[in-house]
Amino acid sequence: MTAAKTLKIGFGIVVIAALIIVPMNFNRYGLFILSQWAVMTIAAMGLNLTLGYAGQVSLAQGAFVGIGAYTAAIMTSSGLPLIGALGVAIVLCFAIGWILGYPALRVQHHYLAFVTLAFSTLAFLVFRNEDWLTKGIYGISNIPRPEIFGYPTRRPLPFYYVCLGSLGIVSLAVWWLIRSPWGRAFIALRENPVRALSLGIDTRRYTLMAFAIGSALGGVAGTLYAPLTQYVDPVPFHLSLSLDLLMMVIVGGSGFFFGPFLGAMIAVLLPEWLRFTQGYYLMLYAIAVILLLIYSPTGILGILDRYISERRTKAASALRAVAKAKLETAP
Amino acid sequence: MTAVLEVSNIRKSFGGITAVNGVSFDVQEGEILGLIGPNGCGKSTLFNCILGQLTPSAGEVKVDGKVVTGMRPSELNGLGVSRTFQLLQVFPKLSVRENLILAGQEHQGNMLSRLLGPSDAGLTEAANQMIGFFKLDHLADEPAGGLSYGQQKLLDAAMAFMGGPRLVLLDEPAGGVNLTMLADLKDRLAAINREKRATFVVIEHNMEFVMSLCTRVMVMAEGKVLAVGRPDEIRANPAVIEAYLGH
Ligand SMILES: Nc1ncnc2c1ncn2[C@@H]1O[C@H](COP(=O)(O)OP(=O)(O)OP(=O)(O)O)[C@@H](O)[C@H]1O
Ligand SMILES: [Mg+2]
Repeated sequence: MTAAKTLKIGFGIVVIAALIIVPMNFNRYGLFILSQWAVMTIAAMGLNLTLGYAGQVSLAQGAFVGIGAYTAAIMTSSGLPLIGALGVAIVLCFAIGWILGYPALRVQHHYLAFVTLAFSTLAFLVFRNEDWLTKGIYGISNIPRPEIFGYPTRRPLPFYYVCLGSLGIVSLAVWWLIRSPWGRAFIALRENPVRALSLGIDTRRYTLMAFAIGSALGGVAGTLYAPLTQYVDPVPFHLSLSLDLLMMVIVGGSGFFFGPFLGAMIAVLLPEWLRFTQGYYLMLYAIAVILLLIYSPTGILGILDRYISERRTKAASALRAVAKAKLETAP
Repeated sequence: MTAVLEVSNIRKSFGGITAVNGVSFDVQEGEILGLIGPNGCGKSTLFNCILGQLTPSAGEVKVDGKVVTGMRPSELNGLGVSRTFQLLQVFPKLSVRENLILAGQEHQGNMLSRLLGPSDAGLTEAANQMIGFFKLDHLADEPAGGLSYGQQKLLDAAMAFMGGPRLVLLDEPAGGVNLTMLADLKDRLAAINREKRATFVVIEHNMEFVMSLCTRVMVMAEGKVLAVGRPDEIRANPAVIEAYLGH
């Protein structure tokens, strides 16, 4: 048990070190892709909380990334600091997410998907049509990158570290949350709301919280997205982003802490690696996803989890057999 | 003696069928009331009406003299009322200990302390005691879904006690449990009743279990109360024998 733990910690340290050191030799484009991975992982972690842990379907996560991105774009291009925009985006997305949670108290599953879908469309229309605020289809350009403790992050490598650092902080916070009694309540809400309610778990409050926190993380991702691309227009926040994020959560393993990391990696990096297939990339990706979900509805980490628990059961039954044999051979 | 639970004239219809048809009874503090009756006579529906899973079509429920009709189950649980369901309702992916911590966590601190405080809500010790009390020690870290049916029934009952409830409604706790475990369960329930002064209402088809555990027994038939009395009175009641025991 402790050996496994040491191995895990060692592996974690190696991965983190690699994420810090290896990109030092990357070109501009490589750094952009990796930064994008960090940003999308944050958004997918939010959705994983809402969908994976608390079991509430949402097709609106992309809209929250958009709200965050526009908040950052509007505020920083008028000279306000990014950290201020981050605060505003978190509060705004938390509040809107909370409100969007209300339908979830009445409807579930595909009905809820439709409600959040409608919200997604509404947000897109606001981004596109409210020119006075969002500059409409022309978008907002020349979005500045922040200074962190007086250190400029205009160049790709420092800004990558901003994204990576943010991912680190968000990961710690989410890790804390899912291990807390709240995380347990979210799981109870997903697995059996009737029983949860009878155990005093205020499922209403936890449902709203799951939506609000998940949405706020979408906002955090958006606040990083704006200075990353330095240009924001409505197109990237179309419904397809919500679907992409949903895919990341499900492919990686919904309800697993590391699911979004893996899912976002596949969604962001695979198109780059499969570039040689040219137009066939999307088709290949779609087929791979279909096959994966047939084989393992709980995603890639679901396969790993099944394998580990099978081994554990085998080990346990072996132990029981030994104990039984000892009892039988005892005088 | 004071009434912990007062139920008056509860009625519940589903479309054409009236599952519960004007049931009234009280439960006194420290009592173990048995609730028996043929399949489909409305026992579980009555529980669901009392505990807020269903809204009764008519009638009133009081806990400690306070009207709680239509209150949400989580609020009722906060008042010290807990329950088990007829069908097993443990969380199969969580370990036995996690199931128990979950069952008690909302009774510790507030929303903020449950977010920022320790991940076990300070309940590991209490959960371990409960595990020991129900003799599930060797299974504490196993996922609940891996336990035998009988062990899961014990866990299900144990979960109802984690919040330190005053009143517990158990719907067929002994259903499908083998004889050794049945004796264990009865013994545990009696001990909690004695030591913690917890009041119980127990639905059960196993007569031996009901007659030896309960201080009073209520018999239902076709949505109505047929008889209430001490176990020996119920055994000798001709109407009860006719409707139920005679089968
Ligand atoms: N949700 C529901 N919708 C429609 N009818 C229902 C519903 N729940 C229960 N009933 C009906 O109400 C009646 C009483 O059911 P209930 O489950 O309360 O019986 P019970 O006494 O608990 O029986 P058992 O001993 O088999 O558990 C039955 O006729 C049942 O079919
Ligand atoms: Mg029943």
